[in-house]
Amino acid sequence: MVHTNIKHFVLVLSGKGGVGKSSITTQLALTLSLQGHTVGVLDIDLTGPSIPRFFGIEESKVRQAPGGWIPVPVHDAQTLPTADGETHIGALSCMSLGFILASRKDAVIWRGPKKTAMVKQFLTDVLWPPLDYLLIDTPPGTSDEHISLIENLLRQTNEPGAPPNQLSGAVVVTTPQAIAISDVKKELNFCKKTGIRVLGVVENMAGFVCPNCSECTNVFSKGGGEVMANEFGVPFLGSVPIDPAFVQLIEEGTRPVYPRGTVVGGKELGEGGQASDTSGLLVDKYRSCSLCPLFDGIVSRVVADIQSRDA
Amino acid sequence: MAPSLEEPTQVDLDAPLQEKPNLVAPEPEHCPGPESQQAGVADSCAGCPNQKICASAPKGPDPDIPTITSRLSSVRHKILVLSGKGGVGKSTFSTMLSHGFAADPNVTVGLMDTDICGPSIPKMMGVEDETIHVTSAGWEPVWVSDNLGVMSVQFMLPGRDDAVIWRGPKKNGLIKKFLMEVVWGDLDFLIVDTPPGTSDEHLSVNSFLKESGVSGAVLVSTPQEVSLLDVRKEIDFCRKAKIPILGIVENMSGFVCPGCKHESQIFRPSTGGARRLAEEEGIPFLGAVPLDPRIGMACDYGESFLEAYPDSPACEAIRQVVRDVGVQLGLKGESVVVEV
Repeated sequence: MVHTNIKHFVLVLSGKGGVGKSSITTQLALTLSLQGHTVGVLDIDLTGPSIPRFFGIEESKVRQAPGGWIPVPVHDAQTLPTADGETHIGALSCMSLGFILASRKDAVIWRGPKKTAMVKQFLTDVLWPPLDYLLIDTPPGTSDEHISLIENLLRQTNEPGAPPNQLSGAVVVTTPQAIAISDVKKELNFCKKTGIRVLGVVENMAGFVCPNCSECTNVFSKGGGEVMANEFGVPFLGSVPIDPAFVQLIEEGTRPVYPRGTVVGGKELGEGGQASDTSGLLVDKYRSCSLCPLFDGIVSRVVADIQSRDA
Repeated sequence: MAPSLEEPTQVDLDAPLQEKPNLVAPEPEHCPGPESQQAGVADSCAGCPNQKICASAPKGPDPDIPTITSRLSSVRHKILVLSGKGGVGKSTFSTMLSHGFAADPNVTVGLMDTDICGPSIPKMMGVEDETIHVTSAGWEPVWVSDNLGVMSVQFMLPGRDDAVIWRGPKKNGLIKKFLMEVVWGDLDFLIVDTPPGTSDEHLSVNSFLKESGVSGAVLVSTPQEVSLLDVRKEIDFCRKAKIPILGIVENMSGFVCPGCKHESQIFRPSTGGARRLAEEEGIPFLGAVPLDPRIGMACDYGESFLEAYPDSPACEAIRQVVRDVGVQLGLKGESVVVEV
């Protein structure tokens, strides 16, 4: 089956768990949407789906239509006011096993063949609207879900009629410490073996800025992601620090506020006070996050890279 | 074909485990499992090239289970370290637990790494370049110290960066091999580190060890809800699989800035953290270990954090957790020597 309405598949991979694959996927999706692209997010982590939680749509359920499942919408295409006018954002929708389970406590205890079948179903039976980008969030490792995902994607994107450069590549996420790096190297080798292009490496959880004294501590060491990217000859997209305001935005839905004197990219972000404003769309609130300008840069680079290969 | 929205079927955890027959084709979707009671007779078996093989395969229990049971009969306590979530510190905590127990020279500890796609234990124990030795009795674990042995798939890989791209059945085969072949000898504790999730590795470890008896599972979580969400699933798994839960440990709980000593909650416990979850679920809360960058560093260099920084608050917290695990196992708190 060919998805002619999806222009690009982008995978988010990591050999290691808990390095922030879902967090990075979420931010990539929000930033792509802010840049005006239509985005879908597919979560194939079957035993630990986090995407519904990240987008604050845990209560949503998938609806069924003739021919397949309808993904859960996060927001529609619309215009948001900015400091100097307004900006157009693209629609964002999600699909995850979390939307199908009856209770969020339920464990999904499946062996390989069942997981393989579910991944295949996710890739063939979801009725996505026309999308510029479909981001696929994966579980840690290089096993059933990954093999099944890559097999199906390679088959679908190589069929006649598939858009050019549809399987655009993978963003690989790591944290800086050597333990994570050693697992992520396995994932880079997995990409090499399966012929998936690596769009770049993102180093997550690089440093934590103390909100009290503004001293930056490298909680999980430093610089490992860049060294690894150079070693494998793949682009290094950037280091993402730990931002407790982002965690709070996800966990409690409050618009990020920073202590006075917080300067990110030469712009004063700090307003002081406590985070308490929960109104507005997630994507709108995300614009107040210190990580937003950083991801704007990362996404612009990835998009330019993908588009240069479309021709 | 429109997909079904039926509640996904679950694996039958109580079914006796049988030997897997030699199949002529890969298992199809909705396969009941070649080892299951319905093998060859379920609705989805119609038309499968394996149907005859599965249907005629002997339905007795797996003949390898008694072998595993006798291999592990000299192990007193078998502890699983579980978490639905990745990167919360299962391996870090497994090494701590091993080092903690092994601090008593009269206690022998084994540490088995069942994470096949991302084994971290060898690096954390500083034995990354070792390989296993095969003797006439079986596979010899790698001994980190006189009373602490380690076994991991990493020891069998040709290159340390090679990806292990395996589907479930192959992983199960290796775990079984590990349990059957490794000569642990007389052990007081066997700590089994697992990969994230609730899938093949967990089911296999559970079914292979059921006969010989698992003492219990220690669950590891970080304080934020995204992680607790997955740990809830793991609790559900333990209950369904009838694995006793020894308790839950909260890792990366709070971070003290080395500059100004201000404590920040990097991973905000917005829903009350692991302590609340433990209360809600009625399972013991074993303690909270603060985030200390030196723990990560000690792991990167393969050193024991407990030995390197015995005076740090994180170390004290870990010792307390190890002691509590001992208490949950029915040992007297004082008899678990974790001072170094």
